[in-house]
Amino acid sequence: MIEPDAVRTLLLRAFPQADIDLVDLTGTRDHYQARIVSEAFRGKSLIEQHQLVYAALGDAMNGPIHALALKTFTPEAWQKLNPNP
Amino acid sequence: MEDGLRERIKSTIESKKVVLFMKGSRNFPQCGFSAHVVGILKEHAVDFRDVNILTDPDLRQGLKEYSNWPTFPQLYVDGKLVGGADIVSSLHESGELTGVLGG
Repeated sequence: MIEPDAVRTLLLRAFPQADIDLVDLTGTRDHYQARIVSEAFRGKSLIEQHQLVYAALGDAMNGPIHALALKTFTPEAWQKLNPNP
Repeated sequence: MEDGLRERIKSTIESKKVVLFMKGSRNFPQCGFSAHVVGILKEHAVDFRDVNILTDPDLRQGLKEYSNWPTFPQLYVDGKLVGGADIVSSLHESGELTGVLGG
């Protein structure tokens, strides 16, 4: 397991100024859901975007985190899905 | 990674057009994410090979390095990684998966 703050720190180190929504799905600090909106994803395929996230989390993915439901967006893609009223 | 393992991974990935590396088998998935992807593939009525990585620790560890992807399931089409459960779900919902599987 790993504390949510530690996960957030790892993500922010790789994606400065990203909009990160992190949820501990089970309350056991090992099943997380993350939504990350970052400029870093621009021009990258979904595969490449998720590979960037996994690289950022590094060893945390090898044990401490058992499951990570992941959604990645560029700011534009996120805006498109969530247009302001 | 040893050459033998790398070669075995490559030949397994390329053994069929659609290959799913998963926890458990298509009939007895041992993980919700794997079960979810199996369900999507069945919905698309696609012929695929399922490989249970729980019974093959070398393959399991090797694949993580081979594809720079730390989790399972992993779906491959034409020898290329399409993604894990999240990406397959997204592609399914957007309608893009049909093209990916059939192309």
